[in-house]
Amino acid sequence: MSALFLASGANGEPWWIALIKAFVVINLVLFGFAYLTLIERKVMGRMQVRYGPNRAGPFGTLQPIADLVKLIRKESFFPAQAVDVLYILSPFLAAFTALTTFSVIPWGPGWVIGGYQVNGYVADVPIALLLVFALGSIGVYGFIVGGWASNSKYSLLGSMRTCAQLVSYEVSLALSVLGVVVMAKSLSLVDVVAAQDAEVWYVIPQFVGFLVFIVAGTAETSRAPFDLPEAEQELVAGYHTEYGGMRFGLYSMSEYINLITLSGLAVTLFLGGWHGPWLPGIVWFLLKLAVLLFLFIWIRTTLPRLRYDQLMRFGWKVLLPVATLNAVVTALLVVAL
Amino acid sequence: MQPFGTLKGFGVTFKHIFKQPITQQYPEYKRPVYPRFRGRHRLHRHANGLEKCVGCSLCAAACPADCIRVVAAENTAEHRVSAGERYARIYEINLSRCIFCGYCELACPFDAITLGNEFELSEYSRDDLIYTKDMLLAEPIKRVPVQDPVLYDTPIPAYKRES
Repeated sequence: MSALFLASGANGEPWWIALIKAFVVINLVLFGFAYLTLIERKVMGRMQVRYGPNRAGPFGTLQPIADLVKLIRKESFFPAQAVDVLYILSPFLAAFTALTTFSVIPWGPGWVIGGYQVNGYVADVPIALLLVFALGSIGVYGFIVGGWASNSKYSLLGSMRTCAQLVSYEVSLALSVLGVVVMAKSLSLVDVVAAQDAEVWYVIPQFVGFLVFIVAGTAETSRAPFDLPEAEQELVAGYHTEYGGMRFGLYSMSEYINLITLSGLAVTLFLGGWHGPWLPGIVWFLLKLAVLLFLFIWIRTTLPRLRYDQLMRFGWKVLLPVATLNAVVTALLVVAL
Repeated sequence: MQPFGTLKGFGVTFKHIFKQPITQQYPEYKRPVYPRFRGRHRLHRHANGLEKCVGCSLCAAACPADCIRVVAAENTAEHRVSAGERYARIYEINLSRCIFCGYCELACPFDAITLGNEFELSEYSRDDLIYTKDMLLAEPIKRVPVQDPVLYDTPIPAYKRES
C-alpha cells in the first residue's frame, strides 16, 4: 500500500490528489462509455443510411440514460443451475479490470494547482505495459468463468470461443507493443510518451506494429470482424447469454471500456500520447482517442465477420509472424544504430 | 485484389455518412398505403342510407380465422335497416383474430364489407379489438393516406368490376 503511494508521492503529488483523480477519471470513462454507445449507434446508422437513435431527448442524446434506467430496472434473474458465486462475481471482475487498466494511461503534462503538484496520470507504474496486459488477462477470467458458471451450452460455447480467440490474439498484441518498448527503452507509459515527444510519434517507425496492434486489439475486444464470441447467428449471444439486467450491462460496459482503454493505449504508444501543437494536452489526447474510436466503429460497419478457421489462420499464420518480425527487426535496428 | 477490395469497402461506408438517411420517421410521417391495401374492415350503406349487408353470414362462412359473428333479423315495414329481406342485427369482427385475408370481401354478394385502409389497430385491451356493427359502419376517425391508384397498374379484380 505504502509502495503505491510512494510511487506517486515520489513525483511530489500528495496521495489524496491521486485518489480524487482516480474518482474523476473513472467517472469520465464511464461517461465516455455511455456516450460511446450512442455515438457508435449514430455513426453506424448514418453509414447504413439510417438515423440511429433519435427519440430520447434532442437527437437521441438521452438514449444512454434511457438504456441505463431500463437495464437497472430489469430483474436480476438467475438460472437455477448456475454456480451462484461465480455467476454473480464474474461481471464485476470483468468491469473492474476494464476500469483499472485506464489508470496507467497518461493524459496530460501535469499541473501545479494551488501549490500542489497534479500529475497527468492516475498512476505511473514502472511496469505499466505489463500491468495492462496482466489486467487484460485477468479480465478474460470474467468472461470465461461467467460463461461457464451460467451452466448453459450457448454460454459455454461462447466463453470457449472467447478464450481461444483472446489467447491467440494476445500474443500478437503483446509482440506488436514490443517494438515500442524497445525503442522507448521503458515499460512505463509516461516514459513512452516522453520518448515520443523527444523523437517522433512511433506510428512512423512502428507502422507495422501499429497495424498489428489495431487488428489484434479489435480481436481482443471481440468486435466485428472478430466478434465470433458473440456471433448471434450461431451462438445466441456468447458468454453472456444467461445474463440480464445490469449484470449484462456490466459485461457490455467492460467490453466498451476495454475498447476505450485500447484506443487510449494506442494513442499513448503510437500516436504521441497527449503531445501536440497549440492545443492543451488533454484536448489532443481526447481528439486522438476520438479518431481511433471512430476507426473502430468504421471497421465494425465495413467488415463482415470472419469464419472460425479464418480467424485462427489469420491470427497464427499472418499476425503472429508479422508481429514477431517487427519486434526482431526493431530490436536489431535499435542495437545496430 | 483482396486488400484493395476491402479498402474500397471502407470508402463506401464513409461516403454513406454524408447521404440523407432513407428512414421514414413513422409516427410523424405515414407512408401512403397501396390502393388495394387490406386494412380494417368497413361496412357500407346504399345511397339511400340502407345497409348493404343482408345478414347472409357468407362472410362468416368464408372466414378462415372464424372472427366474424353475424346474427340476422327480419326487416319489417316500420323497422327497415337493409335493402334485403333480412339485416344483420349483430355484426362483430374480432380483429385480434382476423388475418386480413380479404375472403369476407370476396364472399359478400352485395359488396357490403370491404377491407379499408386503417392499420393502426393497437389497443390496451383485447376486448377493444372486437369491432361492432356501429364501429364498422362509421367513418374511420383516423384517415390513412392512400397512394394514387394510377401509379399502380394492378387491374381491378373481376368481382369488383362487374358488380
